[in-house]
Amino acid sequence: MNKNKEQLLNKRYKAEQRFRLYGLSAIFMALLFLTIFIFKIFSTGYSAFLKTWLIVPVTFDAELMMLDQNPSKEDLQDADYYDIALKSMADLDPNANEDQENELKRMVSYFFEKEIKNELLNDPNLIGKTKEVYLTASDDLDQVFKGNYPRDLPEDQRRVSDYQLKIFDQLVANGKVESKFNISFFTNADSREAELAGIASSFMGSIFSILVCLMIAFPVAVLAAIYLEEFAPKNRFTDFIEVNINNLAAVPSIVFGLLGLGVLLAIFHLPRSTPLVGGITLSLMTLPTIIIAARASLKAVPPSIREAALAMGASRMQTTMHHTVPLSMPGTLSGTIIGLAQALGETAPLILIGMVAFVNTIPGSPMDPAASLPVQIYIWAESAERGFVEKVSACIMVLLGFLIIMNLFAQIIRHKFEKKWS
Amino acid sequence: MRKNGVKMIKIKAKDVDVFYGKKQALFNISLDIEENQVTALIGPSGCGKSTFLRCLNRMNDVIDICSVKGEILINDFNINDKSCDVVRLREKIGMVFQKPNPFPKTLYENVSYGPTIHGMAQSKQEMDEIVETSLKKAALWEEVKDRLHEPGTGLSGGQQQRLCIARAISVRPEVILMDEPCSALDPIATAQIEELIDELKKEHTIIIVTHSMAQAARVSQNTGFFHLGQLIEHGSTDKIFKNPDNKKTQDYITGRFG
Repeated sequence: MNKNKEQLLNKRYKAEQRFRLYGLSAIFMALLFLTIFIFKIFSTGYSAFLKTWLIVPVTFDAELMMLDQNPSKEDLQDADYYDIALKSMADLDPNANEDQENELKRMVSYFFEKEIKNELLNDPNLIGKTKEVYLTASDDLDQVFKGNYPRDLPEDQRRVSDYQLKIFDQLVANGKVESKFNISFFTNADSREAELAGIASSFMGSIFSILVCLMIAFPVAVLAAIYLEEFAPKNRFTDFIEVNINNLAAVPSIVFGLLGLGVLLAIFHLPRSTPLVGGITLSLMTLPTIIIAARASLKAVPPSIREAALAMGASRMQTTMHHTVPLSMPGTLSGTIIGLAQALGETAPLILIGMVAFVNTIPGSPMDPAASLPVQIYIWAESAERGFVEKVSACIMVLLGFLIIMNLFAQIIRHKFEKKWS
Repeated sequence: MRKNGVKMIKIKAKDVDVFYGKKQALFNISLDIEENQVTALIGPSGCGKSTFLRCLNRMNDVIDICSVKGEILINDFNINDKSCDVVRLREKIGMVFQKPNPFPKTLYENVSYGPTIHGMAQSKQEMDEIVETSLKKAALWEEVKDRLHEPGTGLSGGQQQRLCIARAISVRPEVILMDEPCSALDPIATAQIEELIDELKKEHTIIIVTHSMAQAARVSQNTGFFHLGQLIEHGSTDKIFKNPDNKKTQDYITGRFG
C-alpha cells in the first residue's frame, strides 16, 4: 500500500517535470522563430540604410552651362547642367567611345544632374573651377559595392557591363567610392529607381491614416461601449447588437476595403488613394476591436465601486464618468493600441481604395495621395530590381520599429494611469 | 428616541414585496423604524434582510430584473413613488457596504466626493472642514490626518470601512444603511465600528444588517428577524433576544438553525 502511494507520488512529480519541459520547449520554439525572423530581416535590410556614392570631379564650365558673366541666382537656376554632368562622367575614362560614355552615365542615378546643380547653387563661386562632387551610384553598382551582386554571371545576363565594373573597380581602388548613411531613404518619396526610393511618402501616409482612424474609431467605439455596458437595457435588441459587433470583428479586412471603395469613393466621391479614405476604412475595421476591449475593461471595474458611487447619490452619468470610465481607461487604451497596430499593418483594404498607387510626392495632409508602409512593402516586393530587395526588409524594420514605439508609448500611458488609480 | 413618550417613526414600510424576475424574495414586509435608534435586521443567509435594506435607498433599481411593490414612507413621503428622485433620496440615505469599497482615489477625494456632487461646499475651506468633521466623526481623523492625499485603498480593512462611513456621513444623511459592515473585519476593527455606530445614532437613524446576533444585541435598540423572505418578528432588541413571541425567532436566537 505504502509502496503504491510512493509510486503515485513519483508519477506525479514526473508528470509535472514533463509538463514544465513542454512549456519551456514551447517558449524556446517561439523565441527561435522570432530570432530567425528578426535575423533574416536585419541581415537583408540593414544595408538599405547605407548608400553608395561615387566621388566624381566636376568642372563647372560656364560656357557649357550657357552662362553669361556674373550670372544671377535665376540664371543659375535655369542653366543647363546636363552637358557638364555628362562630361564629368565621360571624363572618368578619357579613352571612352560613345557607347562607353553612355555606360559611364548610367553608373550614377538619373538624379546626377540635380546633384551637380545643387552643388553650384550652394556655392556659386565654383564657376570655372573643378570640384569633387558626391553622386548617387546606380542601384546596381550600389549592390555591387555592398557585395550583393553576382559578378560572376556571364555579362549578357547582368545589368552591369564588364566595362562599368572595370571603371567602378578603379574608382574603388582610388578611394572614390564611399558608403554613407542613407538619409534619402527617409526623406525621399517612392521612386522607380531603387537608389532614390524612400519611405517618406508611405510613412506620412501611414501616420495620417492612423490619425484619421484614431480620431474616428476611438470616440465612436468608446461611446458605443459605454452606452452598451452602462446604460442600455439588457434585452434581445442589445443582444442582437452585441452579436453583430462580434461578427464585425471577424469580418475579413478586404471586405472593409470593398466597402470603402463602394461607399466612400463611389458614392461620396472622396479623393482616391488618400489617407483620409484609408483612415476611414481602417476605422471601420478597428471599431469592433476597440468596442470589445472597452466593454471588457468596463465590465472588469468592480461593481462595488459603482454601488459606492450610486449610494452616495451620484447619478448614473456621474458614476460612469467619475468612476467607471477612468478606471477602465487603461484597458480601453491598450485595446485601442492593439486595434491601431492591426490597422497599421493592414494592406488589403488599402489596396482596394487605391493607396497602392505609385506616389512620388510626400503628402502634406490626409487629403493628398499617399501609400502606407505595408503597401509600400507590397509594392517593392513586387519590383524586379535587385536594389528593392533590401528596401523591403528595411521597410519592414521601420514598420516594426513604428509598432514597437506605439506599444511602448501605450505601456507608458497605461503605467501612469494605473499608478494613479490603484 | 421618544418625544413626550411617543416613538418617532422615521421609516415606515407597508406591504413591501420584492421580486427577482418571477421569484419573490420578500413577502409583505411591514416595518417601522424609529428615528435616532439603531435597528438591526437579523436572519439566516438568503432571508431577504439585505434586499429589504437595499429597498430603502432604492439600490435595487440597479438590478434589471428586480421589482419592488408596496410603500416605503420616509418622513411620510413614499420613495417608491414616481415623483421621487433617487439622487435626492440617496443624498438623504447613506449606505455602507459589506466589503469596504473606497474609491481608488485619495482619502480626501473619497470623503469630498459626495459634498462635491451635491454642491455642499462653496469653497475649498468649507470642503476641508467637511472632510475633517466627517473623518473625526468616523474616528479616523487622528490616524490619517497626515496622509489625506494618499490613496484610500492603502488603508487597512477596518480603516477602509471607517473611511466608507466617513464618506457616507459627509453629506449629512438622515439615515445610514449598513449592510454587514463588520463581516470582513477583525474583532478589534469590529469593536471600533460598533463604538462608532453608537456615537452616530445621536445624529442619524441607523439600520444595520448583521449576521452576528451578538453584534445585534450589542449595538441595536430594535431588531427585526427575517426568515425566508418574511419578517417573522420585530420589536425592541431586549424583547427579541430575551422573550420572543415566535418560536422560529426563539430557535434562531438560541442557535438551533441559521
